[in-house]
Amino acid sequence: MYKLLLCWRYLRTRWIALASIVSVTLGVATMIVVNSVMAGFRHEMQERIHGILSDVVFESNSLIGFYDAQWHMEQIRQVAGDYIEGMTATVVVPALLTYQYNDRTVTRPVQLIGIDEETQSEVGDFCKYLQHPANRQQISFQLRDGGYDMRDHQAGDEAPDRPDMAQAGWAHRRRWVERQRMIESMQPRADREDAPVDPFRSDAALPAESTDPLVPVTDATPDATWPARASAAPRHAAADEPRANPSEPAAWASSPTGEEESGNPFRGLPVATPGLPADRPPREPVDQLQPDASSVHAATAAVEQAQERAPAADAAAAADLVAAGESAGAVKDPFDARPREEDVFDPASEQHDGLVLGMALASYRDQQGRDRFLALPGDDVKLSFPTAGTPPDVCHASFTIVDFYESKMSEYDASFVFVPIRTLQKLRGMFDPTTGIGYATSIQIKLRPGADGDAVRDMLRANFMPQLYNVSTWRDKQGPLLAAVQLETAILNLLLFLIIAVAGFGILAIFFMIVVEKTRDIGILKSLGASGRGILGIFLGYGLSLGLVGAGAGLAIGLLFIAYINEIADVLGLITGHEVFDPSIYYFLKIPTIVDPATVAWIVTGALAIAVLASVLPARRAARLHPVEALRYE
Amino acid sequence: MNDPRVLREARSRSLVPTRRPHYVGATVPAAALEPDDAAAAEVPRLQTVGLRKSYRKGQVTIPVLNGVNVEVREGEFLAVIGASGSGKSTLLHLLGTLDSPDAGEIRFDGCRVDNLPARRRDILRNRAFGMIFQFYHLLPEFTTLENVLAPLMIADGVVGYLRRRRRYADAAKELLATMGLSHRLKHRPRELSGGEMQRAAIARALVMGPQVLLADEPTGNLDRAAGRDILRILRTLNHQQKLTIVMVTHDLGNAEEADRIVRICEGRIEKV
Repeated sequence: MYKLLLCWRYLRTRWIALASIVSVTLGVATMIVVNSVMAGFRHEMQERIHGILSDVVFESNSLIGFYDAQWHMEQIRQVAGDYIEGMTATVVVPALLTYQYNDRTVTRPVQLIGIDEETQSEVGDFCKYLQHPANRQQISFQLRDGGYDMRDHQAGDEAPDRPDMAQAGWAHRRRWVERQRMIESMQPRADREDAPVDPFRSDAALPAESTDPLVPVTDATPDATWPARASAAPRHAAADEPRANPSEPAAWASSPTGEEESGNPFRGLPVATPGLPADRPPREPVDQLQPDASSVHAATAAVEQAQERAPAADAAAAADLVAAGESAGAVKDPFDARPREEDVFDPASEQHDGLVLGMALASYRDQQGRDRFLALPGDDVKLSFPTAGTPPDVCHASFTIVDFYESKMSEYDASFVFVPIRTLQKLRGMFDPTTGIGYATSIQIKLRPGADGDAVRDMLRANFMPQLYNVSTWRDKQGPLLAAVQLETAILNLLLFLIIAVAGFGILAIFFMIVVEKTRDIGILKSLGASGRGILGIFLGYGLSLGLVGAGAGLAIGLLFIAYINEIADVLGLITGHEVFDPSIYYFLKIPTIVDPATVAWIVTGALAIAVLASVLPARRAARLHPVEALRYE
Repeated sequence: MNDPRVLREARSRSLVPTRRPHYVGATVPAAALEPDDAAAAEVPRLQTVGLRKSYRKGQVTIPVLNGVNVEVREGEFLAVIGASGSGKSTLLHLLGTLDSPDAGEIRFDGCRVDNLPARRRDILRNRAFGMIFQFYHLLPEFTTLENVLAPLMIADGVVGYLRRRRRYADAAKELLATMGLSHRLKHRPRELSGGEMQRAAIARALVMGPQVLLADEPTGNLDRAAGRDILRILRTLNHQQKLTIVMVTHDLGNAEEADRIVRICEGRIEKV
């Protein structure tokens, strides 16, 4: 009893000892905070990576891929069917993304992924990261009317609004088309320039003078620049009449690859073709035939053809200027190059092939953590990617953004672009039209819960030629990143534990002082019959209670810190003037934390153990004091 | 040792650890001890045989006690006087088992105690001996009451103490009341006067109902009046409760309160 009472009294009266455990407190608090934040980051990252990558990825070593994904899946099932829950074939190619933002061309290297809409959600959380609630149920590559999330659905209620997303969808597309038309109608014709128009210069950069009396200013201005406004820009008065033409986009989009073989080169240029007669001023046929609209490589062929037919086209031009559409002149075109009505692409009512764009490819996060968008669902983008030929050619195609993909892994959000696998197969020449069987570059495999990914990987590796196929788990794919985080945590823990150990030496020193100071008390207690073990108990108990106070305070501070970590980061940012946790870097709105009770228990136990260990030596010294000498101590 | 009854009693009262302290000793009427007197008279309460003790200071060995033979009978008030440094405090510490002799024996109720295991000696100190010192030696962290309770805390476990704390506190308060310190229960030692501190120390020494009270210069640090007060208390304890007291002092005037006086000189006992 006297031990407890004395411990308590010492604790209350010896403030110097409390000072010695401040470092224990700080060490414990820091360790808890660091571990929680690191665990939060790691968990968040693993969760995301795992959600994005399937458990096991079976890849071809070549961009051409392997023939017949179905057959491969059956083979995989034969090898490891017991562990497999679902599979889906994908085509993954590097690509170049191009789109317009305020007349500026934005270009990004991307990873173009052809996914199977039906089976993709079986292997991972692809749909979870989309921005339209309906797409999260089942992805559709058709542009939605609206209803896109106005705020980050994965973040909490505190996530800032994304007002831009209110208009996403068809409304945005129509408004955009309208604005394009208005801009064009206000711009003077640029095609009077004698010099060839730089295809990479926007209209705005051209001299703003119109000298052609033949061309009414209000008319739809031909857009000779590629890729500015590209396919979406209306070149036809008829575009004002909305038409439903759902069958067209797919056929059109597939044309760029197909048109080389096609007999009619203009078949593949539904957008460029109407412009041919309508927009060409009589004197400058070649100029008019500069690469236009949807695809530059198609345009090259068109230019050659058009140069040959220039006079004929001239004749048709004037009439077409007056009235577009069928009224103008199928008759006048001797080559019947004018498209039929259904061939005319009307961006206000039609879309290209749908595409899901990684969020970071079309947006950035400002300092307030608000997302700013460069493009929205409804906008058109262009992709350039290699075909499956040997050697590969470049294939260009237009797509319409139908949704954003936001996995919060900036690495992925800034590089992934998803399109339907069929589309990509056709565009890349990976599809055998006679059999209907396509090539795929990889198969994503989802394992049953509890199955060991490494074991499945090894089984597959043993059964498929490693020269042709590469099998890896999601951990393998992100191994270095996860290992780095792990190592970082381990080193931080080591360093912080050393801090607590240093605090242990502080306790040791202070305890020796206290023992010396209390020598007489020790003698008194011994004269009253206290045993050496009792005295030992006093000082060990004192050490333990100091450790308890220190670790307890550290625990409280650490947990409080974690609970208010975002507020603290904000305040620190306010004081220091630059943001501590920049959401535009980490792509988290808040600092993720996970308090693992086991870790916390270990930290507190470790701190207590150090406090007790540090008090062992002084306590032993106290216990061994000779009572008479202790009583006589001055 | 010869008498099995004495041995039994010694074991039951002091040497064998018992959970229940004998704090009642201080208030037990003297008559209660009467039946033992005849037997106790034969075996001295405390006895030393050829006690030797020397201190080493580096190379030099300083002999302090040089074969001390002293007997303290039951109910006796013995004063030990001697010059400063004559070894009277050393003798008291040896009697109180705070220190071990180089040679010789110390017997308590006929049982040899100097070679007991440390734990047994701790218990003996706690139960059988009460000690008071020149500098009071109260624990500065404790209040007066807690200081008096300290031996009980040492004797009893946490649970036992908490269960019996009311009884213990009552006994301690009663003792402090007899010492005239009822109004000082919650004060820390540094808030008391010297006389008050020494009276609190006496209360602490008595709380376990010891067989022997060992007093080391109890008045050495007090003014004359306070010293007289303390001596009167000791005298009363000895008279009324037949408490065996060994008091060490350098002052012959104080020693005269005692029944018997011995002098330490050259490390030996001389009769006065």
